[in-house]
Amino acid sequence: MADTRVPVQRPLSPHLSIYKPMLTMMMSIVHRITGAALYFGTLLLAWWLIAAASGPNAYGRVQWFMSTAIGRLILFGYTWALIHHMLGGIRHFIWDTGHGFGPSEREWLVRANLAGSIVLTIVLWVIGYAVMGGGQ
Amino acid sequence: MSGTQFRTPLARVRALGSAKSGTGHFWHQRLTAIANVPLVIAFVLILVSLLGRSHAAVVQILGSPLVAIVMLLFIGSITYHMKLGMQVIIEDYVHDEKWKFAAVIANIFFAVAVGLAAAYAILKLSFGV
Repeated sequence: MADTRVPVQRPLSPHLSIYKPMLTMMMSIVHRITGAALYFGTLLLAWWLIAAASGPNAYGRVQWFMSTAIGRLILFGYTWALIHHMLGGIRHFIWDTGHGFGPSEREWLVRANLAGSIVLTIVLWVIGYAVMGGGQ
Repeated sequence: MSGTQFRTPLARVRALGSAKSGTGHFWHQRLTAIANVPLVIAFVLILVSLLGRSHAAVVQILGSPLVAIVMLLFIGSITYHMKLGMQVIIEDYVHDEKWKFAAVIANIFFAVAVGLAAAYAILKLSFGV
């Protein structure tokens, strides 16, 4: 009796594919992607700290890698992801309190999130390069 | 509310639900997120101030008490936060029970290992040896 039963084909709720992409939706996805990227980015953080604790040779290797084009790109991406995810978190805190859900408010929040993260990352790197150029 | 009459009074008082942790996951994610805001800002400032410096200078700055304490708080908060976040991602996308179980365990191991390794490095820088 039991093994003759056919599983019922239940209707599925609509998923991502049927919706028109919206900025709030895309930014929600970006928040998750940056979070996942930062997850693996902590390997970089751990590598940097362990190298510093290990000695000048190990630290030199990290510094060399970070000075290559790929290293710079990864580091730039890491700082952007970190700042973007942090600002996204603040956006979610505002939403957690029940505020900012209006059509124009939520659009403004995600735009501010994106613009803020890009501007802050560039400012950070301009300062970073100024510091690097200045003191050794 | 159908079904509620089957719950014992103790279960209702505990309010831990079927996952046995209630809103703990949600709350800890928010708690660490609040902590992460100032800690991330502090970390970024520390990072920028260390760019291009010699190993000796980096060791001295990272090992100084205030910087080391901030770094330890940062490491603890972000690794716990990322463990919680990755668990949500796994639960959303990994539907096979065996793989989900394995992924959730691997996630915990990864977060603890990375957090402990980074914290150990900071402690070693602080205490010398």
